[in-house]
Amino acid sequence: MTENKYQDDLTAIRSMMERSSRFISLSGMSGIAAGVIALLGAVFTFYLFHQQGSDYLSAERDVYSPEFLNQLIITAIVILGISLGAGIYFTMRKSRRMGLKVWTNTTKYLLINLCVPLGAGGLFCLALIHHGLFALLAPATLVFYGLALINASKYTYTEIYYLGLIELLLGIIACFWLGYGLIFWTVGFGLLHIIYGFLMYRKYP
Amino acid sequence: MINIQSLNKEFESRVRLGIMSILIVNDWVDFIELKDLLQITDGNLASHSSALEKKAYIEIKKEFVGKKPKTSYRVTQSGRKAFTEHLELLEKLIKRK
Repeated sequence: MTENKYQDDLTAIRSMMERSSRFISLSGMSGIAAGVIALLGAVFTFYLFHQQGSDYLSAERDVYSPEFLNQLIITAIVILGISLGAGIYFTMRKSRRMGLKVWTNTTKYLLINLCVPLGAGGLFCLALIHHGLFALLAPATLVFYGLALINASKYTYTEIYYLGLIELLLGIIACFWLGYGLIFWTVGFGLLHIIYGFLMYRKYP
Repeated sequence: MINIQSLNKEFESRVRLGIMSILIVNDWVDFIELKDLLQITDGNLASHSSALEKKAYIEIKKEFVGKKPKTSYRVTQSGRKAFTEHLELLEKLIKRK
C-alpha cells in the first residue's frame, strides 16, 4: 500500500468517469474535413452566382428565380451530406484505433441533444424559405447550430461548447448584417471548423 | 492525521472503483456496456456488482427487452455519499506528502 497506488486509483477513476460519460472519439479530422467541404461549397456557390450574372457582394438580389433557388438549396443539402459522411467516417476510424465502441448510451445522448435544436432549426429554416425570408437563413442556421453544439457539449469535449458559443455569436452578428449570409456561412462552417479541427487534432491526436 | 484504516474496504478493488466511477457520472448503465468499459469477464462483474448491491451502494434492475434479459445498474444515494467520501480521502492521502 503505497501512495502510488492511491495515485493510480485516482487516475483510473478519472479516466473511467471520462470514458463512460463523454464521447471522446470525436476526431479533429472531421472538423477539418467539414470545414474544407464547406469552403469548396462556398466557392461553388459564388460560381453559381457568377453564372447568374450577378456578383454576390454588390448585386441587388431581391429576386431569385425558382430554378436558381433550387440549385442553391440542392448545393446546401449536398454539402451537408458530404460533411456528415466525412465526420462519421473519421469518428469511426478514430474509435477503431482507440479500441472504443462507437454506439454507446453516451453517443445516443450526444446525438439526441444535438438533434433536438438542430431539427427545430431545420424546420424553422423551412418556414423561412416558405415565407421567402431567405436573408435570414444563414443567421438562423448559425444560431441553431451554435445552440445545438452548446447543448451537446456536455456529452463530449468541452471545446465543443466554445465552438458553439462562437457559432452562436456569429449567427447573432449575421442577423444584423443581412445580405452577407454566404460570407458568414463560409466563416462559421468553413473557417471555424478548420481552426477547431486543427486545434483538436493537435490536442487529442 | 488520516488513518489508512478509515479507507472504505468495499472500494479496495480496482473493479469496484471502476464500477462506482462509471455509475456516478451516468444514470442506468447496462451489463454489457459496463463490462466493455471495464474490460472484465461476466463473472467478475457479476460478483463485484452483487457485493456492492449487498452494501446498498448500487441498485440492480433486471428486465426483459423482447425475449432477452437485460440487467442495468445505478448508484444509490448512500453509494454516492460513500464513494465521494472515499475519493476525498484518497485525494487527502496523496496531498499529504
